Amino acid sequence: MQLDPEFLSRLQFAWVVGWHILLPAFTVGLASYIAFLEGAYALTKRQVFLNLSQFWLRIFAISFGMGVVTGIVMPFQFGTNWSRFSDAAGNVISPLLAYEGLTAFFLEATFLGVLLFGRKLVPPPIHFLAAVLVAVGTLSSTFWILATNSWMQTPVGYEVIDGRYFPKDWFEIIFSPSFPYRLAHTVSAFYVTTAFVVLGVGAYTVRRGQSLAEGRMMLRLALWFLMIFVPLQILLGDAHGLNTLEYQPAKLAAIEGLWDGGKGVPASIIGWPDQSAERNLDEIEIPKLGSLYLTHSWDGAVKGLKDFPPDQRPPVAIVYFAFRIMVGVGLLMLGMVALGLFLLARRELDRTQWYLRLCEFTICLGFIAVIAGWTTTEVGRQPWTIYGLMRTADSVSPSLTGDNVLLSLLLYVAVYLVIFPVGVSVMLRIVRSGPAASDEGPPIQSGHPKSPIAALAGTTPEGAR
Amino acid sequence: MQPLDLVPIWTAILALGVFFYVALDGFDLGVGMLYNFAPDRNARNLVMNSVAPIWDGNETWLILGSVGLLAAFPVAFAIIIPAVYFPILLMLLSLIFRGVSFEFRYRDAVHRTSWDHGFAIGSALAAFAQGLILGAFIQGFNVQGRQFVGSSFDCFTPFSVFTGIALMFGYAFLGAGWLVIKTEGALQDWARALGRRCLIATVLAIGIVSLWTPYMNAQIAARWFSWPNIAYLAPVPLITLGLVWYAWRSFNDRSEYGPFFAALGLFVMSYIGVAISMWPMIVPGHFTIREAAASPSTQAFLLIGTLFLLPVILVYTAWSYWVFRGKVRADIGYH
Repeated sequence: MQLDPEFLSRLQFAWVVGWHILLPAFTVGLASYIAFLEGAYALTKRQVFLNLSQFWLRIFAISFGMGVVTGIVMPFQFGTNWSRFSDAAGNVISPLLAYEGLTAFFLEATFLGVLLFGRKLVPPPIHFLAAVLVAVGTLSSTFWILATNSWMQTPVGYEVIDGRYFPKDWFEIIFSPSFPYRLAHTVSAFYVTTAFVVLGVGAYTVRRGQSLAEGRMMLRLALWFLMIFVPLQILLGDAHGLNTLEYQPAKLAAIEGLWDGGKGVPASIIGWPDQSAERNLDEIEIPKLGSLYLTHSWDGAVKGLKDFPPDQRPPVAIVYFAFRIMVGVGLLMLGMVALGLFLLARRELDRTQWYLRLCEFTICLGFIAVIAGWTTTEVGRQPWTIYGLMRTADSVSPSLTGDNVLLSLLLYVAVYLVIFPVGVSVMLRIVRSGPAASDEGPPIQSGHPKSPIAALAGTTPEGAR
Repeated sequence: MQPLDLVPIWTAILALGVFFYVALDGFDLGVGMLYNFAPDRNARNLVMNSVAPIWDGNETWLILGSVGLLAAFPVAFAIIIPAVYFPILLMLLSLIFRGVSFEFRYRDAVHRTSWDHGFAIGSALAAFAQGLILGAFIQGFNVQGRQFVGSSFDCFTPFSVFTGIALMFGYAFLGAGWLVIKTEGALQDWARALGRRCLIATVLAIGIVSLWTPYMNAQIAARWFSWPNIAYLAPVPLITLGLVWYAWRSFNDRSEYGPFFAALGLFVMSYIGVAISMWPMIVPGHFTIREAAASPSTQAFLLIGTLFLLPVILVYTAWSYWVFRGKVRADIGYH
């Protein structure tokens, strides 16, 4: 059997980005959380905030380090496996990727060093500023990488010359039609993911009865935050879906499992999409409901998959199920938050063992939703790398053989299967030792910490602010 | 009106970015290799701590280098990167192992020794892979139109394997220079001793590559050895020799900063040497920097931000080196 370099390259990309996205999904939120804790400590001087910040910083360091090294892999994938895409679209997407590096990566990497190792080397306001800059860096990175991805989903502001894409309007390119929705939905997803981790770790800490103050603080902060962000995330998701209906109708039809378009379409609750038979098997559907929530009218017209030629349809079953997993997880989250708030209102939260235990299990919910949502949008874009313009089949590097890619894929699989379990176990060990055990080993100290900082605080504008 | 020609500016920025990567991650990859030879656990802690706060900033230059190549010369990116498919893979996987070792080594007590090895071997293989990429780049690629059409294994030649080994010694030499700055006492003497050996190996390697390259490629030979070029270019080998002498002396005469900056100087000279051999090609034999350049709009849009952001980055990077300056102390853990 001949191995297909395109299919294997797609698998490889899915593998490396799938693992990588779990890290920003966690660190983007965590960086903001740590900046908040540092700020709260600076204002109130309450020990609980400092303990929490130091505790989460140790976990952040590990997940961020893993995020850096698995992130470096990503831009190289464009070259190693998708060189024809790079040649065709390089003029449009490369500045966005470069701005990600320039505005985000250096900021994060440099000030994370100060944040981790510099608490005693720099004055407190600078240390807090470092925390804020790391958080800003993670958000800036999210901005640029999603601008790139959104342009590939809903390309505008370009012109085609000899089959290659050239920029015409940079504002349009960056703020492509799906970008505001994707950015809001993704950042909110990352924050919710982090908050569920904090909720779970807080529950574990309270349940064990050690570091009660820290545990209770984590539980409450997470619940209050989620009370706003989970419903908000569901609204943002709905808005993003309507945007997809407008700009990527084939993807939306796959999400809905809708083969026959028309007026007053049904909503498919669950079924088994059969791509070759062009229908769903064993389906449960509710008549007219699809039109209602997609067009906000009982008889609104929606395009079906059959309105597109078979070679322009995404793999329906993957998109269909990934979407349902995401929505299902969202509803579970809503239930968890409602339960938690109910218990909080009755002052039973810290004593309700079964709920605390449940919170430990729901740590994974955000990650599942992120992967499912990402699968929905990326597989839903198929068979295109640039939606409607450049096919994935035309994007792959011509020099690659199936054997080449199989070998690299297997190596990526092997390495990620080592470092991710070890990384998780190392983080779990920190969680088990708890926030009270904040390690006091003074961080890396160099020679003479005093003089330069005093000098610096007065002279650099960053320091002055 | 003639639009401003940005190609030379972008060539300079990219060259600077790649050099920053080579110099900065070069020394911390070198430190990673030397780590393996550190005499005891305490010494290993110090060696690792000497780069712990700065390594991921250093590695960020690699992202800038790769994305910068895509931005400034997209077709060169599309040809070169798939041509060195396996060296890139080796480099990325090695950098992963090495990067996570910083964290895992201290957190994961059970597997402490295996992450120690991961750190050293990862650093060594990453350096080797980068040298291999350099060698393959100098040799050139099999190109048709705008695509690389050779095999993914073309890049493995005796020459590229040699440049891979050469860069390992070069980075180790830089790393030894860094350790002389960051350590004191017996450990510094150890760094000096290793540094001297790496210097000898690096000088031999530079010499061999400098002869092998023109021997392989008549055009490069003509560029260096024809009259009057040989006179104009003579300062390159002469300054290099001067730096070698200075490096040797400063390893021996207790100079603290001399070895590192001498090593940096040797890298600058080697880098200039490669640039002279290649100029003005970005894909040897196929695309000049002008032919491969991105569209003017792409260059202009990115330049506006870069001219502002790059100096800011340099300032705060320098500031973070300043914060962590001085000797690393013996009695402390990671963080």
